[in-house]
Amino acid sequence: MLKTFKTGGVHPEEYKLSGSSPISVLPLPEKVFIPVSQHLGAPAKVLVKKGDPVKAGQMIARGEAFISAHIHSSVSGKVSRIDEVTDPSGYRRMAVIIDVEGDEWEEHIDRSQEIVREITLDQKGIIQKINEMGIVGMGGATFPSHVKLMVPEGKKAEILIINGVECEPYLTSDHRLMLERGEEIMVGIRILMKGLGVTRAIIGIENNKPDAVNYMKSLAAGEDGIDVVPLKVKYPQGAEKQLIKALINREVPSGRLPIEVGAIVHNVGTAFAVYEAVQKNKPLFERVVTVTGKTVKNPSNFMVRIGTPVSHLISSAGGVLEETGKIIAGGPMMGKALTSLDVPVIKGTSGILLIRSDESRRVEQNTCIRCGRCISACPMGLEPWLLGKLISHQEYERAEKERIMDCMECGSCHFICPAGIPLLDWIRVGKSRVGQIIRSRGK
Amino acid sequence: MNDVVIYAVVSLSVIGVASAVILYFVAQKFKVFEDPAIDVVEKALPGANCGGCGYAGCRAFAEALVRSGKEKQTLEGLNCPVGGNPVMAEIARILGLEAEEKEPQIAVVRCNGTPANAPHKVAFEGATTCYFAHSLFAGESGCPYGCLGLGDCVAACIFDAIHMDPETGLPVVNDKCVACGACVDACPRNIIELRNKGKKDRRIYVCCVNQEKGGPARKNCSVACIGCGKCVKVCPFDAITMENNLAYIDFEKCKLCRKCVEECPTGAILEINFPPRKAAAQPGEGKPEKVPSEGVEKNENSNA
Repeated sequence: MLKTFKTGGVHPEEYKLSGSSPISVLPLPEKVFIPVSQHLGAPAKVLVKKGDPVKAGQMIARGEAFISAHIHSSVSGKVSRIDEVTDPSGYRRMAVIIDVEGDEWEEHIDRSQEIVREITLDQKGIIQKINEMGIVGMGGATFPSHVKLMVPEGKKAEILIINGVECEPYLTSDHRLMLERGEEIMVGIRILMKGLGVTRAIIGIENNKPDAVNYMKSLAAGEDGIDVVPLKVKYPQGAEKQLIKALINREVPSGRLPIEVGAIVHNVGTAFAVYEAVQKNKPLFERVVTVTGKTVKNPSNFMVRIGTPVSHLISSAGGVLEETGKIIAGGPMMGKALTSLDVPVIKGTSGILLIRSDESRRVEQNTCIRCGRCISACPMGLEPWLLGKLISHQEYERAEKERIMDCMECGSCHFICPAGIPLLDWIRVGKSRVGQIIRSRGK
Repeated sequence: MNDVVIYAVVSLSVIGVASAVILYFVAQKFKVFEDPAIDVVEKALPGANCGGCGYAGCRAFAEALVRSGKEKQTLEGLNCPVGGNPVMAEIARILGLEAEEKEPQIAVVRCNGTPANAPHKVAFEGATTCYFAHSLFAGESGCPYGCLGLGDCVAACIFDAIHMDPETGLPVVNDKCVACGACVDACPRNIIELRNKGKKDRRIYVCCVNQEKGGPARKNCSVACIGCGKCVKVCPFDAITMENNLAYIDFEKCKLCRKCVEECPTGAILEINFPPRKAAAQPGEGKPEKVPSEGVEKNENSNA
C-alpha cells in the first residue's frame, strides 16, 4: 500500500493539462519589474539607481535582516526607474524596473549545460553560497533557504526530505523539472545533505507522476542514502507537516518547526536552484512556471526570468480566451487571484492558472448543517465550522483555545463544504486577529 | 411534641441572630466605600455603554467623572459624545462644577468612490468583512485607500446611525449619529473621521483619503484628491494642510467660505447642507456627481 498522511485531506480533480509539454525558454520581455520583497521576511535594500547598467545575475538589492534574501537582476539592460508597481494584491510595492538590452550575464556564471557533479565547497561555504545567490523556498512559501540550513543549537537534523509532491491540481512545474533536470536535482540534494550534515534523504513524489517516480528512482539507485518514495495522491500532501507524517511517520508538535522531529523539508525546485547556485554560480533569477487552465490554448511550462509580467506569459501560451473568469497565481487551492495582468513573476510563482468564468464563481452560500465534512477533511485535525462560527461572532479567545493558529490555510474545508461557506476566509480573519492578541500579550 | 417545636424555633433563632451579628461585623470590616455621587452621575448618563468616552461603559465613565471632579476640580478631557452638552452640564451641576461647551460632532465618511466615480475592475467574493478584504487586495475599484463597502462600520454601530447605500456602495451616516467613534475604529482604512457638526449642520471636508500621487490616484477614481495644492493656496484662513499628496481641512479653523470647493479640480472637496449657489457662480457644473448623505437631506428639511 502506498504511503500517505492519516488525518484529513481531500482529493480534488487533478487536471494536469501541461504534464506532457516540455519546459521551453520564454523569450525575454521588453521590461522586467523586480520587486524587492519576493520572500518571507524583511524587504531587501535596493543597491542600484536610475540609469545604472546591469547584467543578468548582478545583485540589485541586498537582504540585510536575518530572515531576508538578496535579489538579483534577471536580465541585462538599464535600470529605467525604481518605483512602486502593482503586486498581485493590487497594492503598490517597491520594485526595480529594468529595460532589457541584449542578454549579457555576469562572467562568473557558468552557462554551459555540462553537469558538475563534484561538490568542492564545505558545509559553511555551501550555506554562504546559497545565501549569496538569493535562494528561497520554491514551493511557494519563499522562506529563505540558507536560514533553513542553519540548524538551531540543541537540535539535530537527521533526515532531508525532498518535496516532489506537487499536490496542487493543474500545476506541473516540479513534475517537468524532475523529468528534465533530474540529474541536476540529485546533485542539488547531495549539496543540501552536505549543508545540513545528514546522510539520508527521501524524495516524496505522488503516484500520479509515474514517469517522474521511475526516472528519479533510476537516478537514486546509484546514490547512497537517497530514496524515492511514491505517495498516494491526496491534497495537501505537499505541506511540510503532512509530508513528514507520510514519509517518516513523525508528527511535528503544534506550533513547532519540522526540525523538532529531526527533519528538514526542501522542494525539488529549491534543490535545482541550489545546484545552479553552488555548482554554476548562478543566482536565482529564473524559474519554471506552468501556464495552464481550461481556457489556455496551449498549456505549457516555461523557464521564465523573474520580473516578467504575467501578461507576457499568457500571450506566449496563446492568449486569454473569452470564457476566462479568473486568473490565479499559484494553484487552484492555495493560489491567489490576480487583480491585474501587469503583475510580475516572482521567486514563489509556480504557476499561472486561468479559470473558466462558469467555474470561477463561488457557489451560493447556505446554512451550516453540521455535517462534519470539514472536520474529516482538515489535515490538522481542527474543527473548521466551529472556528468559522467563533470568528464571525468575534470569539477570538475561544478560537485560540480551539487551536486556530495551527491552520495552514490549505483550503480543504472550504473545498469540501457542501453549503459553500467561506470557512477559510473566516479562519484567515481569525488568525490575523488572534495573532494580534498574542503579539499584544507578549509586550 | 411541643418541646420539639420550641427547641427548633429557639435554636434557629439563636443561629440566625449569631450569623447576623457575624455578617454585620464582616461587612463593616470589608466595606468598600463607594461615592454615592457615582450612582447619581451614572443615572444622568445615557446608559448606552458604547465606549465613545473611552471608558468601558457608563459606570466606569461615571467613576472617572467623580474621581476627576473630586481630585482635580475639573471635568476637562472627559466628554460623553452621546449625551452631548446637556448631559455634561447636568453632571457638572451634580458635581458642583462648571461644564465646558463642546462642539457636537458627527462621523464623516471620507470616500466618494461610487461605481460611477471609481468603476469596479475586479469582483470580490468571500467573507463579507472589510478587515479581511483589506488584507487581501486593494479593492474592487483598485484604489488601495478607498471604501471596500463591506460594512464593518455598519456592524460596529449600536445606534443604527450608519447604513450602506445599495446604489453607491458607500456607508451613509444619518442624524442618529452620536460620534461615539466605533465606526472610526472598525474601518481598516481609516476613512471615517469625527468632525464638528458645524453651524446649521454645514460642513466642508476633503472626501478622499488617497495618499498616492495624482496619476495613480486619478487612474482609479475620478474624484480623488490628487494633491495639487490649489485649495491650500486659496484658503484665506490657513485651514488646509497638505500631507502625503492629500489635503486635510482643519474643522476648527475652517470658516465655511467654500472657496476651496470651487477651486478643487477633481471635486474631491464636498460641501454639505449649503443652499444652492447663485446661477452666475456655478463652478460645480460638469464636475462629477456629489452624493449628499441621507441624514443631510433630513437636516435640510428640518432647517427649512
